[in-house]
Amino acid sequence: MLAFIGRRILIAIPTVILISIFVFTLQHLLPGDPILVMAGEERDPAVIEALREKYRMNDPIPVQYLAWAGAALQGDLGISLRTQQPVLELIGGKLPVTIQLAVMALIIAILIGIPAGVLSAYRKGTWIDWLANIVALSGLSVPNFWLGIMLILLVSVKLGWLPASGYMPLSEDPMQSIKVMLMPAFVLGTAIAATLMRHTRSAMLSVLKSDYVRTARAKGLRERVVLVKHALRNALVPVVTVITLLFGELLAGAVLTEQIFTIPGFGKLVVDAVFNRDYAVVQGIVLCTGIAFIAMNILADAAYRVLNPRMSDQ
Amino acid sequence: MQTLKTLGLAALLAASSGLVHAQDLRIGLQEDPDVLDPDQSRTFVGRIVYASLCDKLVDITPQLEIIPMLATGWEWNADGTELTMTLRDGVVFHDGEPFNAEAVAYNLNRSKNFELSRRKSEVSSVESWEVVDDTTIKISLAAPDATLIAQFADRAGMMLSPKAAEEAGEEFGLNPVCAGPFTFKERIQQDRIVLEKFADYYRADEINFDSVTFLPIPDTTVRLANLRAGDLDMLERLAATDVPSVMSDDGLTMEKATSLGYQGITVNVGNGDRANTPIGTDSRVRRALSLAIDRAALNQVVFEGAFAAGNQPYPPDSPWFNTAFPVPERDVEAAKALLADAGFADGVDVEVQVANNPVQTQVMQVVQAMAAEAGINISLTAKEFATLLSDQSAGDYMASQIGWSGRVDPDGNIHQFMTTGGGINDSKYSNPEVDTLLNEARLSNDTADRKEKYDAALAILQEDSPIVYLYHQVWIWALDNNVLGFVPYPDGMIRLHGVSMTE
Repeated sequence: MLAFIGRRILIAIPTVILISIFVFTLQHLLPGDPILVMAGEERDPAVIEALREKYRMNDPIPVQYLAWAGAALQGDLGISLRTQQPVLELIGGKLPVTIQLAVMALIIAILIGIPAGVLSAYRKGTWIDWLANIVALSGLSVPNFWLGIMLILLVSVKLGWLPASGYMPLSEDPMQSIKVMLMPAFVLGTAIAATLMRHTRSAMLSVLKSDYVRTARAKGLRERVVLVKHALRNALVPVVTVITLLFGELLAGAVLTEQIFTIPGFGKLVVDAVFNRDYAVVQGIVLCTGIAFIAMNILADAAYRVLNPRMSDQ
Repeated sequence: MQTLKTLGLAALLAASSGLVHAQDLRIGLQEDPDVLDPDQSRTFVGRIVYASLCDKLVDITPQLEIIPMLATGWEWNADGTELTMTLRDGVVFHDGEPFNAEAVAYNLNRSKNFELSRRKSEVSSVESWEVVDDTTIKISLAAPDATLIAQFADRAGMMLSPKAAEEAGEEFGLNPVCAGPFTFKERIQQDRIVLEKFADYYRADEINFDSVTFLPIPDTTVRLANLRAGDLDMLERLAATDVPSVMSDDGLTMEKATSLGYQGITVNVGNGDRANTPIGTDSRVRRALSLAIDRAALNQVVFEGAFAAGNQPYPPDSPWFNTAFPVPERDVEAAKALLADAGFADGVDVEVQVANNPVQTQVMQVVQAMAAEAGINISLTAKEFATLLSDQSAGDYMASQIGWSGRVDPDGNIHQFMTTGGGINDSKYSNPEVDTLLNEARLSNDTADRKEKYDAALAILQEDSPIVYLYHQVWIWALDNNVLGFVPYPDGMIRLHGVSMTE
């Protein structure tokens, strides 16, 4: 297993380098001049020149990239053009926020999506199946931003149950932290739950038709054991793949959700950074996201082997 | 199970009720401020935070008169090249360092010479300074500059602790140390900025909060929802479309002030090849566009009538507004006649770039519909703001919908836009007569004399119209009824002196 993970990490290195070159180039292709934005309304030419010099904007792009990559290798991702905070510190501060949001959303999605998928596959063609499908389809179709604002108006303004927006670190006040994050996690989770439900349903359907399930039933096992131990466990392999892929969707969804609920996370950071042409921050975030995505994939591959030991031989 | 649920809910509610502190004022901002260093910062919301953090040499009244703040008095010499300021005695910075003439000298130098200072142009007239004694500083100018005092009423006049600024250098903004009513406690990017009351503040008796928390919430709907839910005590820049709903809410109050700035359509009249268009070369086309617009209707449709229609760089209620040119009524026939006169009886095409946000797009769509009736066919190009700005500055545009946040001194709204070679003269308008008038208006400290010169310049600009002014934003604050004593200012700042909160 360790050798397998090690091999995968080695393969991942060129991918990370490619991602960073790609983003660096792409960013500089964006129209709009970051220095012009930074210089302020007055756009004093002396200020603009001083800033260009300071942030090495006069250098050719390959030189800028090498300078950035050299520093990044030593753990220095530069400073934010907008607030002058070190990028690594910024990301470090935001990461727990988005991870908390993503994990809570994922838990909500799994709690809704998997049981709903299992149930609708088991009761295929009945009203339960239909209902689950309709709910799932609605979950997919309702835009995040609309659901978010509606929830704020209902739950916060009308009922006053949960705070409308904001953030509280988990370490400071766990109860309040979860409360603040509940609505955004629900909004983010429902969209994912729908996808998860659909995949669980189709995986379960094919597994339920298989010979070993029939054998298990013929043995006289209780239906619950057949369903959970024999069918679900095998159906989970493709579902785990989907969850890994959904991680990307979670991060993308977090961008919008964080905007609506004003959560100071990764997503909000990257949107603001792109609009302000805060190159160093965008670059740092993409690098970290890329690494996280690759890590998730390696973990998923490892998880297959745990779920289905036969895969280790391949 | 039911009992468990009820208990859980009760626990949730109990946890939330304990969070409200009467002495903390929570203010919702439209954006997250940039770096909190008055010499480096550039955002409007940043200035709102400074109003509680960094006192200035002078301040303004809601009527835009300059009043003492850290400087108790000032005097010009006869030819307006020497400014002597008397400073308040006994003031200390947040780190306990004394505020004195040496500190003012340090700050002047930092604004003027610090590599990353964005204040250079604001204090460019300052040539040298001399510390006369602890409470007196003499500032010498290269040439008279009537705008300088007004600059000291903003970021260029904010006093930083020399010791802290020296130690932190360019990182001062991570932990700003000033001489305002509140000290900096913490900042979580995009989430909050927390300030705490400064016990040794020289006007501490006017400050009624133990702390103030600024929360950037960009979405206007969500910001208002937070105020309604009690998570905020007040917010700035209420959306004009939310005004009726706030008015009908018994728990909320609203305050308004017409801003110092403007919004308009800047036309490329001399900035590179793209100035060679009918609207760029012929002022009659620009005047026709202006006449085709029903500014009152525009204000009504997009802003529920909450903003102020305008046709000059100063709003109609400003003392600097030229009353000889009131905001014009719409006159489609006159517009058509002007176009015909210019040789475009069959109509003319104009491409206008606009920032891709819903409000500005809507403004331009209304203008587009109105202009079409006069034969001016506007096509809109939506651009994200950074792109719009760089295209505009590079001359890669025909016309651009953009605005200006406004300055206390009239010079700030006109000089850099309308003089030849002006720093932000993106239309590259150039008229020697206007140059002379605006340059001379800068030199005089006599208000009547200045007014005469601005009036004369505005008369020419009405004719040449390199910028077609549309409207003036109105700052709208929404407050919880518990918040008392808030005074709206045309600069859009939130001054907390005298503001209090009932239980």
